[in-house]
Amino acid sequence: MAHFTKATSIKDWLNQRLAIEKVEKVMMSEYWIPKNINFLWAMGMVLVITFALLLVSGIFLLMYYQPNVNTAFDSVNYTIMREVDFGWLWRHVHGVAASVVFLIIYIHMFTGIYYGSYKKGREMIWISGMLLFVAFSAEAFSGYMLPWGQMSYWAGMVITNLFAGGSLHADGLVEWIRGDYVPAQAFLTRFFMLHVLLIPVAIMGLIGLHFGALRIPHVNNQDGEDIDFDVEADKYLKGDKAGSKVIRFANDFMAKDMMVVAFYLVFFFYLVFYHYGFAMDAVNFDPADGLKTPAHIYPEWYFLWSYEILRPFSTDIGLMAFAFAQVIFIMLPFLDRSPNTVPASRRGLFKYWFWAMLVDMIVLTAMGKLPPEGIFSTIGLVAALTFIGLWILLPIITMMEKKA
Amino acid sequence: MKDSSRRGFMGKAFGGVAAVGAVASLFAMKKSWDPLPSVKAAGFTTLDMSAYNENELVTEKWRGKPIFVLKYTADMIAKLDEKQKGRTIVVGSDHYMVNLGLCTHLGCIPSYDNAEKTFLCACHGGMYDFTGDVTKAPPPRGLDIPPFKIDGNALVLGEEGPEYKKMKETGVTL
Repeated sequence: MAHFTKATSIKDWLNQRLAIEKVEKVMMSEYWIPKNINFLWAMGMVLVITFALLLVSGIFLLMYYQPNVNTAFDSVNYTIMREVDFGWLWRHVHGVAASVVFLIIYIHMFTGIYYGSYKKGREMIWISGMLLFVAFSAEAFSGYMLPWGQMSYWAGMVITNLFAGGSLHADGLVEWIRGDYVPAQAFLTRFFMLHVLLIPVAIMGLIGLHFGALRIPHVNNQDGEDIDFDVEADKYLKGDKAGSKVIRFANDFMAKDMMVVAFYLVFFFYLVFYHYGFAMDAVNFDPADGLKTPAHIYPEWYFLWSYEILRPFSTDIGLMAFAFAQVIFIMLPFLDRSPNTVPASRRGLFKYWFWAMLVDMIVLTAMGKLPPEGIFSTIGLVAALTFIGLWILLPIITMMEKKA
Repeated sequence: MKDSSRRGFMGKAFGGVAAVGAVASLFAMKKSWDPLPSVKAAGFTTLDMSAYNENELVTEKWRGKPIFVLKYTADMIAKLDEKQKGRTIVVGSDHYMVNLGLCTHLGCIPSYDNAEKTFLCACHGGMYDFTGDVTKAPPPRGLDIPPFKIDGNALVLGEEGPEYKKMKETGVTL
């Protein structure tokens, strides 16, 4: 039975009831991070901060936004933008953060791919991370519906039509998702619910899983070195801080993490105050009109690469290529057959695979933004085929890789 | 052993009841997402077919979706091949194209070029002729024809008349 004594301080009082010292040790001062890392390891914290910005700005938007097809557009573009004091700030923070969060996610992902941080017990980190990517994509899409402008409406139309499965012609499923024959009131209200409740709850759960998945295999390092964290932590605690290969999560690692966050925030608020236009599509400043398609329908930049994989093919093949692109990254730990956990630069053909994949995704992104005509169609098709080809090649080239 | 089998039974009994409850609530959740009766009831539109001008595309609205109505000129009627005739709706002595104005690829609205007498979908470059039949991929098929019934000079969208049923049987539309 727990034994309680008269508390000597507030801290002691809490300690007896909540073991706050123990929690502090487990979560911070005795959570060990390798020393041999660089600024790319700070992207996780940058993402946490960006998510916090989305949450806070979202709370303020939620107080004035009206999920009704007749009032949604004005509640955003008139009430929030013109009437609410600093309403523009919350909207621009929310819009810019929604866009930038994907930039950081892609950097975070490609850092993981480059350093092999999805192997040797780190598979669940990768998988939970990719599930987070899916959840963030759903969150971004559902949020894009809410201003109920032309791009909201037509993106909603096109994306929900994907669920008809091409020749399967599952119109019933599409109408079920929409709650109507076309995106209308039922559609707006349910996507509002998804955006402000169900998906954020899922994201928070997945963030917990993502962090939890780190505890046992620990954070990877720049050389993929297999560190014995117990031995190194012991060394550190015995006073050999210089000889130990690890440091405390807080305050040691966090100090550098927050420095990167500080640089990031300067960049972020520069965008919010002086360059928010990139996150605000001009077409979406026309109210939704079901009888008029905009000349070009394109997604936000972060979906362009997968959109471009859909576009050059006929419907059914396009849908299959698109579905392939959506799920294939999650399979990475199993498609990479090499046991080596070292940076791509020391992994033979995988080095070229990594850069080819990165460049291919940038090309797909650029082509996705351009109209599907002439040479752009051809480049898009080649890049889409290259994407699929690279994934087919991956198990083969990694099997051939020598033990480093 | 006796104890654990009792607990096992209780666990299984609870699990069984909970499974029934879970399936029932999934059913309720599925049904809650269905289109509402009021949405479904508003699904009929009547068009007066005498009001249209030749080679002038008019966009009507049915179930929130755009409906293309195009009255053919004598010249266009003369050029029709068998397949195109199958897609054409004849009311009295006039010939019409009445199609769902949504690209069969991913549902954008194609635009009509009066001079060329073709439809172009700007989203992914699909093209259709003036009867709504596809002439350039990615759309997998011609524009869909909404369920219709010819009623004198009027066309009722949402009801299936004999002419529509015939189009469905011959595979002209889905």
